[in-house]
Amino acid sequence: MSAAANRGAQPGEGALSGLRVVELASEKCAWAGKLLADMGADVILVEPPGGDAARNYGPFLGDQPGADRSLYWWHHHTSKRGIVLDLTAEPGRARLRKLIAGADVVLEAEAPGALAALGLDYPDLSRGKPGLIHCSITPFGRSGPRKDELATDLTVLAAGGPAWMNGYDDHSLPPVRGLGNQGWAMGCHYAVMSILTALVHRGVSGEGQHIDVSMHAAANVTTEVGSYGWLVAKQTAQRQTGRHAGSQPTMPSQMKCADGRYVNTGVPPRKPAEFAKLLAWLRSLGLEERFPEAVLLRLGAERQTIDLSKIGQDAELTAIFGAGREAMNFIASQISAYDFFLGAQRAGLAVGAILSPEEAFEDEHFKARGFQVEVHHPEHGRSFRYPGAPYAMQRGAWRISRRAPRLGEHTEEVMREIGEA
Amino acid sequence: MPTALGHLRICDFTGQLAGAGATKWLAAFGAEVIRIEDPVTMGLWDILRPMPPFVDERRGVDFGGGFNNHNVEKYGITLNLRTERAREILAEIVKRSDVVSENFAKGVLERWGFGYERLRQLKPDIIYVSNCGFGHVGPYSDWKTWGPIVQAVSGLTFSSALPGQPPAGWGYSYMDHTGGMTMAIAILLALLHRQRTGEGQWVDMACTDAGLTLTGTAVLDWTVNGRPSRREGSPDSNHSEHPAMAPHGIYPARGEDDWIAIACRSDADWSALATNIGAEWARDARLATLAGRFAAQAALDARLAAWTRGFEKYALARELQAAGVPAAAVAKPEERIDQDPSTLAFGLWPTVKHSKIGNVRVDGLPVHLSKTDWKMERGAPCLGEHTELVLGKLLGMSPDDVAKLRAEGVV
Repeated sequence: MSAAANRGAQPGEGALSGLRVVELASEKCAWAGKLLADMGADVILVEPPGGDAARNYGPFLGDQPGADRSLYWWHHHTSKRGIVLDLTAEPGRARLRKLIAGADVVLEAEAPGALAALGLDYPDLSRGKPGLIHCSITPFGRSGPRKDELATDLTVLAAGGPAWMNGYDDHSLPPVRGLGNQGWAMGCHYAVMSILTALVHRGVSGEGQHIDVSMHAAANVTTEVGSYGWLVAKQTAQRQTGRHAGSQPTMPSQMKCADGRYVNTGVPPRKPAEFAKLLAWLRSLGLEERFPEAVLLRLGAERQTIDLSKIGQDAELTAIFGAGREAMNFIASQISAYDFFLGAQRAGLAVGAILSPEEAFEDEHFKARGFQVEVHHPEHGRSFRYPGAPYAMQRGAWRISRRAPRLGEHTEEVMREIGEA
Repeated sequence: MPTALGHLRICDFTGQLAGAGATKWLAAFGAEVIRIEDPVTMGLWDILRPMPPFVDERRGVDFGGGFNNHNVEKYGITLNLRTERAREILAEIVKRSDVVSENFAKGVLERWGFGYERLRQLKPDIIYVSNCGFGHVGPYSDWKTWGPIVQAVSGLTFSSALPGQPPAGWGYSYMDHTGGMTMAIAILLALLHRQRTGEGQWVDMACTDAGLTLTGTAVLDWTVNGRPSRREGSPDSNHSEHPAMAPHGIYPARGEDDWIAIACRSDADWSALATNIGAEWARDARLATLAGRFAAQAALDARLAAWTRGFEKYALARELQAAGVPAAAVAKPEERIDQDPSTLAFGLWPTVKHSKIGNVRVDGLPVHLSKTDWKMERGAPCLGEHTELVLGKLLGMSPDDVAKLRAEGVV
């Protein structure tokens, strides 16, 4: 990867190198495995004969389906090695046991009871191996009254609370889930935090353990005021277009700009200095004459302090506060979304252009951070650009060590390593 | 039960959720997390301190419900870092800490004289994790963000929308949650690296980087196939193109703003749903294949919505689950918190005791570790609640010493 994000990074091993993880392929735990693999863990992905279902998820390289052409697969399985084992038959199970005997972590998302039925659950695997860390990710946890419910990313986000929070002011439109399997991602982030916590503990005590991650629970505690508004004050947040759901309606903060694209206008100016910056920005755009309430911005800038609790009572202050928001909306209507973002941020106001994933990826800021990384695909004789590191570590740095494994690519190699060739 | 992280001390400057969420995790697993707060501004580095929701009519920096939620099991001390003496005390705390964590704007810690170089002089293997919206490097690094801005700039807001509508985005700071999780992961990775090599380090974390990793498949469709997400009919995020599922969406149910999510993963799922619907239109052979259902998706959605509208959402979800179709009621906060036996059985809403607020429920953690599980019993610290305790235990100061520091405006 380029030097910027890992500036000062020392070449060499990732923070998790030397660690072996056995991951039973499932779309529900794939992201967790990638987070570990990109940090240097030797993650061995175990697929059934014929491959994991997610190999058939589009989009595909050149829009041509194929087990090794899924971009979904490419993204979620970087830096892993892949093997095929038939766990429905005893020889496959025996090989898995042998593989796990030499591993540190098992990561899986099998239905509750499925591994126990095969004699491959934590009690079986940890016998004589007390240091083993076994992480199970399931939709509702391994026990409890809903443990056997079927789930997809959509139903997890619906049952767990996030969907209720997202949508539009118009409640005849349904709640909305965000793209990208974020329900899976929530569970996986908590799984990785758990595994790393258990590894720190093992480093001190030598002791391993079982980790039970519930995706539904993860979604439940990932809704900000959606949960604690109810827990603390029995308030029910209501969804609003492009901004926080609230128990009381709030002013819109998403504006369409002159180029038809949207911005989040953030929190309107609240301090005298912010009114001064906003006024200066309005002037620099040559728009002051066309915004009659500019005089109110000047009044805001000249105040010693602005007491937000007086809004609604102090007429002048209420007008000043309203003019700040109106000025942001007016400027947005006159320039492009990207220019609004740059101009407001340069003026010291926290706003954001609503970028598509590819626009964000191509943005100069992320490029300068080295976020774009090249991953070589030898069978295609070329490299492709991938999303980079979620954190810039100086030592034990993040790195995509190889593209996602082709079906069965490392079966022989790994079997040789465990003496099963 | 033994703790996983009880041997660790965190010198913690984090605030809001994007930072405080990270150290909440560490504290729940036993780490000694010491929040350093500013007595002059009443701890308002963290704007959530006095913010709603509240349990009753009491207000002030010790009563914010969100602040309590994000800071359980932590200790809180005050240090007026404008004074030389407070900076000396901070240096002594750093020497005794494993991690320094913060999510200020870029450069704040440096300006106080506690940038990474100084931290490393004080404690050679210190782990310093900074977390800000655009990170410490790059052209936007001086700019400010909060959760919705991070979501806007990293592609997440855009990717949550119905076709023909503006972005719906996320109705909360998803990236404050995820920023906090990513920060916790970074801290733990750095601790493991130190465990293995003895080396500390500075980790520069940017919430926008973390956000952009979450739309990776869409990014690859762009870099590999040249297909942008900004195109006609896209995004359409209640549908599922990848993996291909139809019908797939959130449909109205009987009742006020009641909805049900249904996902047909396969032809078999559709067949089971169609049997349940039992109407002529559902038996249409053109709907028997995924391609057919995709081609007719808008009409199929309308038909299905007209059918689901007649049912109570939980009853219908149970019926569809029994038929083998993934379905779930869109849960309102009160339904998933007070009426869902699974969150209660999981122990997801522990009650903590806050020194002033009293007993109050908080977000627990969605995991259970069999040998070193988390625990949440103490509420968030009141401003300066543990100054005497921490300075006494850590630096051997007497209550009189601390009283003197207080009189001098140091704490």
